[in-house]
Amino acid sequence: MKGNTSLSKGSTLLRELGITALSIVLAFGISAFIVWAAGFSVSAVFINLWKGAFGGKLALGSTLTKSTPIILTSLSFLLAFRCGLFNIGAEGQLYIGAIVAAVVGAYIHLPAALHVVVCLLAGGLGGALWGWIPGYLKAKRGVNEFVSTMMLSYVAIGLTDYLVAPRGPLHDTKYWANQTIRIAPTAALPRIMKPTQVSMALIVAVFFALVVWYYLFRTPAGYELRGVGLSPPAAEYGGIRIERKLILALTLAGFLAGLAGTGEVLGTHFRFIGRFSPGYGWDGIAGGLIARAHPIGAIFAALLMGALRAGGMQVQRSGAAPGDIAAVIQGLVIFFIIAPTLIRVLIHWRKK
Amino acid sequence: MPEFAVDMRGIVKRFPGVVANDSVDFAVERGEIHGLLGENGAGKTVLMSTLYGLYRPDAGEILINGHPQSNYGPATAIRLGIGMVHQHFMLVPRLSVAENIMLGQEPIKSGIFLDREAAIRQIQKFSNQYGLPIDPKARVDQLPVGAQQRVEIIKALYRGADTLILDEPTAVLTEQEVEHLGSALRKLKQEGKATILITHKLREAIEICDRITVLRKGRVIGTVHASETNERELAEMMVGRDVVFTVRRTEAKETPEPVLRAKEIEAEDDRGLLALKGVSFDVRKNEILGIAGVQGNGQAELAEVLTGLRPIRKGSVSLGGQDLTGKTVRDFIDAGIAHIPADRHLRGLVMNFSLRENAILGRQRIHQFAPSRFWQNQLEITNYTKRIVEEFGVKTPSVYVLAQNLSGGNQQRLIVGREFSKEPRMIIAAQPTRGLDVGGIEYVHEQLLKMRDHGAAVLLISMDLDEVMMLSDRIAVIYNGSIVAIRDPEDTDRRELGELMLSGARAQTGAEEEG
Repeated sequence: MKGNTSLSKGSTLLRELGITALSIVLAFGISAFIVWAAGFSVSAVFINLWKGAFGGKLALGSTLTKSTPIILTSLSFLLAFRCGLFNIGAEGQLYIGAIVAAVVGAYIHLPAALHVVVCLLAGGLGGALWGWIPGYLKAKRGVNEFVSTMMLSYVAIGLTDYLVAPRGPLHDTKYWANQTIRIAPTAALPRIMKPTQVSMALIVAVFFALVVWYYLFRTPAGYELRGVGLSPPAAEYGGIRIERKLILALTLAGFLAGLAGTGEVLGTHFRFIGRFSPGYGWDGIAGGLIARAHPIGAIFAALLMGALRAGGMQVQRSGAAPGDIAAVIQGLVIFFIIAPTLIRVLIHWRKK
Repeated sequence: MPEFAVDMRGIVKRFPGVVANDSVDFAVERGEIHGLLGENGAGKTVLMSTLYGLYRPDAGEILINGHPQSNYGPATAIRLGIGMVHQHFMLVPRLSVAENIMLGQEPIKSGIFLDREAAIRQIQKFSNQYGLPIDPKARVDQLPVGAQQRVEIIKALYRGADTLILDEPTAVLTEQEVEHLGSALRKLKQEGKATILITHKLREAIEICDRITVLRKGRVIGTVHASETNERELAEMMVGRDVVFTVRRTEAKETPEPVLRAKEIEAEDDRGLLALKGVSFDVRKNEILGIAGVQGNGQAELAEVLTGLRPIRKGSVSLGGQDLTGKTVRDFIDAGIAHIPADRHLRGLVMNFSLRENAILGRQRIHQFAPSRFWQNQLEITNYTKRIVEEFGVKTPSVYVLAQNLSGGNQQRLIVGREFSKEPRMIIAAQPTRGLDVGGIEYVHEQLLKMRDHGAAVLLISMDLDEVMMLSDRIAVIYNGSIVAIRDPEDTDRRELGELMLSGARAQTGAEEEG
């Protein structure tokens, strides 16, 4: 019986992967048509897309660097999603995490290894606070987290903008740019693929994907969190305090998004720069959905998103097509993967 | 040769891993009430969904009014006069009866305006003609279940149904409502309409139907005339073996020791209205206390109050001397209360959890399954689930399957297995056999008695009076949020209990005598 089970488990996994692969192929097919219809060279666009994402060490480094925060924001989205919540505010949690990490990294002095760990924790906790607020409001006042997390994102972006602006308290007076002073070398995450910007933050992100997997599927707390997400009345029947789980889920989601921002500060920029994120928080929503809310899947979903970002930049740089076309391709890929039902309908239709 | 309204020949329908219908021949005459009987998973619903055009058979043909059908779908089925009343009603709660019925086929006046009056007239005509009393202007969500069912039937008739399929229509009805439904169906029969009644209640099938077809494991076992059969024969056809009908009850041991004490409990329902108005009773060790009553008299709220799911406004609950008033569900579970909830889809199982995950629901934090906060013992959970599956006869390909893929009866077995495996001191069993087939009902009854004999106290809340009478050591009748009488089953009968259930006020004295 056991062998039978793992077989059926395996086949559904294969099916899911197959559908995802088919979605990507379809998306590229339609993208090719749009590129062609818009009057650009299909081959030039796709060659540059590939070159920018995987064509050599620099390209790969660019992809991995961009994927790193998206792994964490994808985890942030999917963790809340597993509890039945939509965390749309990873972007804001990311900014709060980043500014806290930048402050702890620059103004507190500790021995090397310890300093990094303290910065990671502090950044995570900053994000956690930004997740706890909508969690608390949801549990105690029924405030829709979809709206509150998104609105708090704008608050976070505005707040951090102010802090690092020329008259703000955290502004680095040596430069005109909106940024903090550099963090201490003891707080930096080492680069692991020089000369690219890939840092230990990638390892941290992958490690947390494993942690989130373990938490969700191998601990009683994760079991309860998923129970609330799948059926609140049954969870309540099982003695699970739903309110607490909602708060916890959004707090943990905030922690993960905060870590994403922290990794950017400690591993990529070595300081907080106002509006540094090109939308990694929003990418996490797509990443979490592409991963079908599975933590290990989030690693690969983020890689895809990072590759599209890196490749898209190359498409623009090479002059093969404007950046808008790259954005269209990116959008189509995401759309097709997130709409697996569409693919299923097509399969069903063919059978008929 | 009689003309068949519906004639299904050699229907085969396969799903991955199962043959749901295996060469099924099924024919219904005009003006006939035809029962379709079978256990859960016997293939009744699949056959009827095929007739309604929702499934395409892998083999076989369908004749409607003698004409073979090709390219058969729901639209064709409706056009040819097939109407279906689903077990779960398909009504828009916030619309009126008339609006629901005319939805999709609205009568029009002056070209563009809805002709509400015409619809209401038409509905009233059907209502009088077939003895289906209904107020066309009432809002559906304010109607009792029985009335909603009448709305569904009239809706089907309004769409010109000549053949009505009723899926388990009596599962949600009180005895009186079942009688009304029966007489309405007989009127339909006089008008030449054919009715197919899906059920697994033997007595009703015999009382209401003309002929009965029994399905077992996807095959037709036989078609019999209701006048020439009896419950025992039908039950044998359904399950393929002799069925013990009256559970052999052992006498309750004389133990005065109360396990659960409910004192003057007051609680509100979801709308904030007082649903329990000072309910008091004890449930003793080695005893089944049955709660009899018509649905909606406070039973649902009572079960929730006694499991911590609903706050108490006044009064107290204690278990074995431990006060549980105002405590959390967790405290109730830890104190040793097991709960078979009335709504297994909503509360009893997380449908998208596997059997393993469902097997520990409520006890996910105990040491056996979670030796520490950071470790769930997967192997132990798997073995534990396998034990439940084996001991309680849950039919499943593996313990990794999602609960939603089990049939209703097997879902209930899983819940019963989980709750009884807790070795509880107190069992709150709400509608434990609702929707189960004969074999399943028998099984749950045996298990409840076994738990009682092993020292548990059992509170049995059921709309099925036969069930309450058969199992209970004492019977409490609930009416309008109060316990109006407590009776010994030896000293009462269906008649008296029925009267108490319908108008409790008359018999207040009984409750006082019992104390």
